[in-house]
Amino acid sequence: MEKKFGGSAIFLDRSDINTDEIIPAKYLTEVTKEALTPYILEDLKLEGFDPKGEKLKNATVVVSRENFGCGSSREHAPWVFEVNNVHTVIAESFARIFRQNMFNGGMLAIELPKGDIDQMIALQQQGDVEIGIDLDGQSVTAKAGGEKKQFSFEISPFDRALIDAGGWVEFADARY
Amino acid sequence: MGKTLAVKIFDSHLRDEPFPGTKILDLDRVLCHEITTPVAIADLVWRGKDRVFDQNKLKVVIDHVTPSKDTKTATQAKMLRDWARRHEIPDFFDVGRNGVCHAIFPEKGYIRPGYTVIMGDSHTCTHGAFGAFAAGVGTTDLEVGILKGVCAFREPETIRINLNGTLSEGVYAKDVILHVIATLGVNGATDRVVEFRGAVVDGMSMEARMTLCNMAVEAGGTSGVCMPDMKTVDYLWDFIKGEFADKDAALADYRQWVSDDDAVYASTLDIDVSTLDAQVTFGFKPDCVKSVKEMQGTPVDQIYIGSCTNGRLEDLRQAAELLKGKQIAGSVRGIVSPATPKVFQDALAEGIIQIFMDAGFCVTNPTCGACLGMSNGVLAEGEVAASTTNRNFNGRMGKGGMVHLMSPASAAATAITGVITDAGSL
Repeated sequence: MEKKFGGSAIFLDRSDINTDEIIPAKYLTEVTKEALTPYILEDLKLEGFDPKGEKLKNATVVVSRENFGCGSSREHAPWVFEVNNVHTVIAESFARIFRQNMFNGGMLAIELPKGDIDQMIALQQQGDVEIGIDLDGQSVTAKAGGEKKQFSFEISPFDRALIDAGGWVEFADARY
Repeated sequence: MGKTLAVKIFDSHLRDEPFPGTKILDLDRVLCHEITTPVAIADLVWRGKDRVFDQNKLKVVIDHVTPSKDTKTATQAKMLRDWARRHEIPDFFDVGRNGVCHAIFPEKGYIRPGYTVIMGDSHTCTHGAFGAFAAGVGTTDLEVGILKGVCAFREPETIRINLNGTLSEGVYAKDVILHVIATLGVNGATDRVVEFRGAVVDGMSMEARMTLCNMAVEAGGTSGVCMPDMKTVDYLWDFIKGEFADKDAALADYRQWVSDDDAVYASTLDIDVSTLDAQVTFGFKPDCVKSVKEMQGTPVDQIYIGSCTNGRLEDLRQAAELLKGKQIAGSVRGIVSPATPKVFQDALAEGIIQIFMDAGFCVTNPTCGACLGMSNGVLAEGEVAASTTNRNFNGRMGKGGMVHLMSPASAAATAITGVITDAGSL
């Protein structure tokens, strides 16, 4: 599946969102990514969040706080984002395995400081937030209403190579 | 400048460094179970690359839902089984011979000091108890591991945790690791190796060290590690005696991996365990920890003793000591799942299984099932479990359920009274 970065954002304003919340273990009996589609974020504990809501349905970017994707190693977590067209996750920090799984699948996990995430979340008051990603320029833009903010991020050469290759299998197969 | 155990293992296994700080390591073990491996297998088949890098370095088990509970889980088991047969993987453990991955693989002697180990399972960090670098990975890393025998990691920095003092009666490795996680926080060790040192670790059995390392990931750690010593050699001796003249020779070899005295650490934490009480989690994060005494009296519905954290013989013994001659409270149900067939048989031989059954426990086959709410003890909405497992996430053991993590001894005491109970108060 071709990856598209950026787009309409949904804000999950909580730290330590774990992979059990992103995709509960009872759905790990599926053996295709597509079968996971309806179960995205089903067990997320977050006030006001509706896993079946329009906001999530329209989102292609998830923005969150610290330690996003902690817990289980299940790649079903990035996969359930992937099949729901969410190919970009922006957070203050990530759990190691989740972060690696995103890049291994050719998807983006961007870390931004708390202050930047605060600003992005505040932007919601202007309306729906649209995220733009400039991979080469290593910058994120967030637009809502008439307002636009820009933030810079760092992507390691290895992570960038995984994005360019389309994932770790492609990178490793060509090299090892 | 000295090196940590993790750096020594990285240096000795380095295949490539495509970019500064990105280490591609050769793997000694790629461990597989039926939940995260089938998608890797399907993808390899789809790519026309249905091969394995070395069938002797792959160790395979069906453990999460076993025996299969429905068509979907039977399909996952079949995919793994067919693949193991197709590639003539000698060490494949099917129904009847299978156990919880992080208990059965060490028990079979597959994990050695200095090894690199990956598995599509976050609790792979358990195997660091043997002085190995063992990390949980996703299915894509697993797939590349299966095909190429390599995995990419960042240069590991290590947090050293010195566990000093003497554990009080009724306080165990589980209590220590819960306290460590509470101290570090759930992301306090992200991208770090957690090295457990000190007199307390030296005095621990390999089982207890596995309990410590098992939950390193709950603080975000890549791998937990303990230094190989004579206990490591003793545990492995039946499997390694052909390789060494005697145990001292084995120890001398394994000591090469021990962190140097002048090794550089990201941080060092000194913890005196002497005043530590039995610990228990509250809430939905493993760093929400209190003493059992503070939670004393909290009603529960189900007691679960088992898992890769606390389903080994020593764990069952500790619970059985308290349960002997007692009945569990009428308001609760108890489930015990010995983590491997060997644990089950040894527990039978010691009379431990009889004690559990006399107390009113249900004894299940070895499986991960209940820990992650997949089978063999799923909670209903609003129910509460006292559990020896490793995660208290929202919905972990069943949608709308609540999990209090604790030691086998605390779980046994809680089973007897039906409310969270400090074993010392019985």
